[in-house]
Amino acid sequence: MTIRLEPRLTTPRWLSPALTLAAVAVALIISGAIIALVGGDPIASYIHIVGSSFGSIGVLSDTLVKATPLILTGLACALAFRMRLWNIGAEGQFLMGAWGASAVVLAPLVPAGTPGIVLIPLMMVAGMAAGGLWGLIPGILKARLAVNEIIVTLMLNYIALAWIQFWVFGPWSQGGFQQSKPFPREAWLPKLSDFAGSVPAFGGLTVHLGLLFGVVAAGLVWLFLERSRFGYEIRLIGDSPRAARYAGIDIGRRLVVVFAISGALAGLAGMAEVNGSVHYLQDHISPGYGFTAIIVAYLAKFRPGRVVVAAILFGALILAGREIQPSGVPAMIQGIILFTLIVSDVLVRYRVRIERGSRASGWPTSPASPVVPAAPPSKAAGS
Amino acid sequence: MTDPIQPETEPPGRPVTGAGATATGAPPAAAPTPASPLAVEARGIVKAFPGVLANDRVDFDLRPGEVHALLGENGAGKSTLMNILAGLYRPDAGQLLVDGRPVTFDSPRDAISAGLGMVHQHFTLVPSQTVTENILLGLDRPRFLLHERRSEAEVAALAERFGMIVDPRVRVWQLSVGQQQRVEILKMLYRGARILILDEPTAVLAPQEADELFATLRSMTAAGRSVVFISHKLGEVLAIADRVTVMRRGRVTAAGLPTAGATKADLARLMVGRSVLESLDRPPSVPGEVVLTIHGVSATNDRGLPALRGVDLEVRAGEIVGIAAVAGNGQSELAEVVTGLRSCTGDIRVGGTPVANRSTATVLRQGVAHVPEDRTEVGSAPNLSLTDNLIMKRYRDAPVARGWLVDDDAARTFADDLRETYRIAAPSVETEVRLLSGGNLQRAILAREIETKPGLLVAVQPTRGLDVGAIESVHRLLIDLRSKGAAIVLISEELDEILALADRVEVMYEGRFVGSFPAAEAEIGRIGLLMTGGSDDEQAVVVGADDPEAWPAATDGDPG
Repeated sequence: MTIRLEPRLTTPRWLSPALTLAAVAVALIISGAIIALVGGDPIASYIHIVGSSFGSIGVLSDTLVKATPLILTGLACALAFRMRLWNIGAEGQFLMGAWGASAVVLAPLVPAGTPGIVLIPLMMVAGMAAGGLWGLIPGILKARLAVNEIIVTLMLNYIALAWIQFWVFGPWSQGGFQQSKPFPREAWLPKLSDFAGSVPAFGGLTVHLGLLFGVVAAGLVWLFLERSRFGYEIRLIGDSPRAARYAGIDIGRRLVVVFAISGALAGLAGMAEVNGSVHYLQDHISPGYGFTAIIVAYLAKFRPGRVVVAAILFGALILAGREIQPSGVPAMIQGIILFTLIVSDVLVRYRVRIERGSRASGWPTSPASPVVPAAPPSKAAGS
Repeated sequence: MTDPIQPETEPPGRPVTGAGATATGAPPAAAPTPASPLAVEARGIVKAFPGVLANDRVDFDLRPGEVHALLGENGAGKSTLMNILAGLYRPDAGQLLVDGRPVTFDSPRDAISAGLGMVHQHFTLVPSQTVTENILLGLDRPRFLLHERRSEAEVAALAERFGMIVDPRVRVWQLSVGQQQRVEILKMLYRGARILILDEPTAVLAPQEADELFATLRSMTAAGRSVVFISHKLGEVLAIADRVTVMRRGRVTAAGLPTAGATKADLARLMVGRSVLESLDRPPSVPGEVVLTIHGVSATNDRGLPALRGVDLEVRAGEIVGIAAVAGNGQSELAEVVTGLRSCTGDIRVGGTPVANRSTATVLRQGVAHVPEDRTEVGSAPNLSLTDNLIMKRYRDAPVARGWLVDDDAARTFADDLRETYRIAAPSVETEVRLLSGGNLQRAILAREIETKPGLLVAVQPTRGLDVGAIESVHRLLIDLRSKGAAIVLISEELDEILALADRVEVMYEGRFVGSFPAAEAEIGRIGLLMTGGSDDEQAVVVGADDPEAWPAATDGDPG
């Protein structure tokens, strides 16, 4: 019996979403088996995960808080991936965004007491600029020198982390602790609980303005990718760079712009995280949002709308990590989901054919010629 | 002279016992396996690909100890046939015999174990590994530990036996293309190949390297091994081959012709032939202003070797200039320098505006349209919709563009119109173009290009791989465009096509124009000869014939 993969000539419209769902289901089954193997009860674990992330309006709000940076970093990845630019540096761009925003109040670049209406947009711009700059580096290196962006973006993640550590251990350290002083209240993004006074139901809800950034950004990225001329060019380059060049598109320039926008989105995520929920700068602000974003973008098939949904799913998993012991379980589930997703991607493009009956024989009628020729005559014997 | 059975024919699989065996003292080889004197025989091979019958009941035979050339234009089916022999493809019908025994190959491994090895045009070597490591790669033996010294000695001895100079310890990336080819050949010999198939081996070689290759091939045939030599260069074929089989459009037009006595002119005629192309109503050409001027243009190919060597050309509005050349003689590069896809030296003007070395976008704005050679990767984006592909040259302009947005409705209307007008058979304009047939895809590309109302169209191999109906519709579109006053450069390896369409034929060989014929005076035999490196006034001068030993290959059997 042999198993063959054959390219599909046609892909039904339902196939891709169906396979995505199937991949997640298979991942949950595999994860469940592993949980059972170590003596846990998978069903109870899953119920607990769902309960602790969607079970009440309070935890749902917490899930959305975790989803916020994932939406923005997921969009950053999806945008770059559309052009086959493998930006795996969203983590570093996120950190740089957080740093850039923090610099506004910590350096400080503005006088104390600047009102939020000025301060917050300023910090947004600073965060996006810092993240965008971090994206520009691999963009320019790839466009000019054809340097592999995967390596560069990956390495820049560590540089960004070290950069933040330098600042929180050094110049911005608060009393020798590895974190900055808290941001002034004006710099905090408004959250629902701030309005509990007028709407009592909002009491205790942590969802902040960053979620709105994410949703608006998803809309803008969608408009950009699906409706704009630039988006058309990105699709063309992503599918066939040679065709794009033939159509008169300057690929290098597009590449730099996309990398910058991608970095700016991740930078905005960093800003939203420090301004919306952490309120000071430290080196542990990200539990790997920028890496999870890669899975989010993949799960969403690089579609901005679906990024929002996938980000909420993964936000729930991150949140559940606090509830589940050992806390590695959600991380494992994430990893297995990525694995099954990549496998399912193959199935979108190929169909599996199982052929029964063995082939006549691997080695058909042939003269028994040795694989290696008889040792060539030694020179001595020849002469 | 052309005795079919070489004196040194020997039982399969056994290497000669030293080249030192005296020429006269060769044992009077008791006629080996009397049933079949043939090393390989292919009977009635049929192989179809979607839309193309690549091999149509092809017969081919190879005698032990001969070099058998397989001659034909691109797309004639040579490579398909050889890929079948090498176990890469399975024939739809027909039979293969090796040493008289029927065989079926499921993989190249099967073929190699039957003694057939193929060296492809594109090498399959690992650059960072040494020659020996590359040769051992994929073998069952040695099983676990490499006896590097021993293997190196084996490789060196094998190389020396066939007059190849290769250091087995050098890493492949350090080797020249010619040396890498030797490694490929060694790889096959090391695996016990008695029959070597070389796919256009000289295409990548400098002339001197080609001579060295020929010497190697001769020492191999002298040792009783056989060689199939795929080529479309007549001079070489006459220089190295004992016999030649000519293919054309999937069929054999001459089987096993002895090269002794054959002339280039004969072969050229067999190769380019004449087929029945629907005759087109073609209004007489009314050439107008000069649209394209090319002056002293030189360029290199992707490997950095000179591809164009000081080319001059003028094309007027309302005329089709056909460029006849065998693949790899600079015509693809010519199309690319004109359309801004390749840099060059020299001067190119379209409507008086210099376009050489300008961006593709600039060239597009000068009204230059391009039907590229590679329609699935360059001419279209395979996984995007028909609409997306049709607006490729229009999305910057109204009505498809609306400010910085693409107006989806306008784009769809535009695409629908084109689909209607050019009868592009697609379920809808949302269909991904990789699902279109070759003919429909090409019509879509032509539709898109023609709709830019070009002053100049550069069409490269516009009908390659298309069926007769699609060919005709493409031809009609080109003639209509000419009637509308566009200048057209038609680059094709199909001489029929050029003769059917062109108002003037320019022949290109090795990066230069070597002949120019008004349509009325274009004569297929002369053009074929020029295309393949013959000169206009000589009929049968053989390249390399100055070396009397060059041909035929094995006279006395001892390479000495």
